[in-house]
Amino acid sequence: MKRVLEGSHAVAEAVRLAKAQVISAYPITPQTHIVEILSDYCSTGKMKAKFLRVESEHSALASLIGAQSSGVRTFTATSSQGLALMHELLHWASGARLPIVMAEVNRALGPGWNIWVDQTDSLSQRDTGWIQFYCEDSQEVLDTTLQAYRLAEEVNLPAMVVLDAFFLSHTYEPVDIPDEKDVDRFLPPYAPKFQLDPANPCAFGQLVTPAFYMEMRHDIDRAMGLALTSFIEIEEAYARLFKRRYGVVEAVQCDDADVVFLTSGTVTGTCRLVLKALREKGEKVGILKVKLFRPSPVEQIRAALRSAKKVAVIDRNCSFGAGGIFAQEVRAALCNQPGHPLVYSYIAGIGGRDVTPELLEEIYWKTRNSEVPEKDSIWMGLQEVVHGTRRA
Amino acid sequence: MELDALDQELMYSGHTGCPGCGATIAMRFLLKALGDKTVVVMPASCWSVIAGPYPQCAVKVPLIHSAFETGGAVASGVRAALDLKGDKETTVVTWAGDGGTFDIGFQALSGAVERNEDFIYVCYDNEAYMNTGIQRSSSTPYGAWTTTTPGTDWKKLRKKNIVEALVAHRIPYAATANIAFPEDLVRKAQKAKSIKGSRFIHIFASCPTGWRIPSEMSIKIARMAVQTNIFPLYEVEDGVRYTINYKPREYLVREYFKLQGRFRHLTDKDLDEIQEMVNEDWELLLRKADAHA
Repeated sequence: MKRVLEGSHAVAEAVRLAKAQVISAYPITPQTHIVEILSDYCSTGKMKAKFLRVESEHSALASLIGAQSSGVRTFTATSSQGLALMHELLHWASGARLPIVMAEVNRALGPGWNIWVDQTDSLSQRDTGWIQFYCEDSQEVLDTTLQAYRLAEEVNLPAMVVLDAFFLSHTYEPVDIPDEKDVDRFLPPYAPKFQLDPANPCAFGQLVTPAFYMEMRHDIDRAMGLALTSFIEIEEAYARLFKRRYGVVEAVQCDDADVVFLTSGTVTGTCRLVLKALREKGEKVGILKVKLFRPSPVEQIRAALRSAKKVAVIDRNCSFGAGGIFAQEVRAALCNQPGHPLVYSYIAGIGGRDVTPELLEEIYWKTRNSEVPEKDSIWMGLQEVVHGTRRA
Repeated sequence: MELDALDQELMYSGHTGCPGCGATIAMRFLLKALGDKTVVVMPASCWSVIAGPYPQCAVKVPLIHSAFETGGAVASGVRAALDLKGDKETTVVTWAGDGGTFDIGFQALSGAVERNEDFIYVCYDNEAYMNTGIQRSSSTPYGAWTTTTPGTDWKKLRKKNIVEALVAHRIPYAATANIAFPEDLVRKAQKAKSIKGSRFIHIFASCPTGWRIPSEMSIKIARMAVQTNIFPLYEVEDGVRYTINYKPREYLVREYFKLQGRFRHLTDKDLDEIQEMVNEDWELLLRKADAHA
């Protein structure tokens, strides 16, 4: 059934269809529309779930760690400062091998206060052992959330479905909502591999000496590797039922492209327009959209870029002192490939600034006309700032 | 005390606590009282070590270790999940030290009891961060030496009154208990088990290592904390009805202080001042109990 939904509502519909059993969240703009709807579904009985109205994001994730360890399917949603506050427990959730699913609305971190889109919040959690998906539109948000549950539960790792603040979370689009019976076929009830059970008492998360800890950590890394192949199979199963597939990456006209834009999130949509306009002018240009960030789809990135001469990475984020984070990942994926394309790193749209078609075209021409990439990421669309001036 | 409660042993002898550790005695009696249909939530504390390293465990009930500040929140989630699975029988109990309760875990605890989450929160109180090597907490009493209140910089601030802070949330049940009064401890744990909503038990648990006392004095000194009115045994129902469980004063505070290395530096004048503070707190408690008698 098609309905016109916000990205936030698409998340909520997916969580309803996934039959999450314990939901715990703390309000933060622009995540609130997700949890408002879910709170209503729990109160009215539309979902057979308990909604915990906790006093912080830290407690939101802590309570889900308790709930998931007790054998039920869980959900939370957050953004920016909230995700940063959860940081300790992000590590805990993956270390405890709990398949918690979270929607994370990309928002800038303070100070100064800024509620608009920026990916630095989620990307700075890249080493926490969470699977991370970046979505382009509301349909993808809904589909990915359902897939995230199946994947997380298969490999026993938590998963984060990431969507852009406002451009996606608060934008209405037509979304096909799958039939509940079909979703039940795709995602059966949660069957925990372990749980707190007085009939079979076990200790979880206890002291681990150097004699065992390293193997446990290696196991998490192995599960991440498995997640990549599992996700490809899960997408197949999903496509058979619902006729939609996105891929861990999506290569658009990359085969004959000299310059490939590498994008994530809603910038991809704008970039598709720019691609069309440039192709009409006879430019050999493509797009590589990265949907799965963790585990890193190294082989897929290498394959998509095998014939490109240059890749222009658009980062709506920055690791201060090291530049755009997707650019670093792409360099890491390519560096051992002989004759790999040159990697151009651009930072754009920080703190909710628009990434316009004009800006993307400018990036294209800059890349095409350059012989060697700059050492540092190039910040696009900066205004001139005069430091240290005094009032007359 | 009921015999069956005494007979039931849910803690193994192979734990890794120090000799004379009050926290192990407290756990043993608590589990006797609550029985095997119990899930323990355990934020970081001495007990993170005492419970034993993987693949061993010193208790015979399901146990989930958790991050330091999450005792209230993890228990909320465990309870929610058990309720959804239709398990109304299992008791959820958080077991935290004074650091995890008075300090870093206070927000999650306050949040959970404001929501009146259906679980028992037990704080075993040894009056400092003992696992990390005796650092002061907001539970460390006035006058005490710790490694972060050394020399003449001994703690000159009062201990936080955690029970009154919980009582202010108007929870159904809050009580103090002490390892030297096991019948009282078991009765309170069983009473807590029979009540719905948020319940809080504050157990005084001596620490020979941190208090600089011989291990064989662990119980005697814990008992003297009650007998000096330093740690009164009492219960508060619904945030208003106070019952004091033990009244006769048998020692002056100086007799309790003189036995412990952590108070060795205190002068007679300091001890007189502390006696005044203890008297004042006791009078205040008596007035609250009388007001609701």
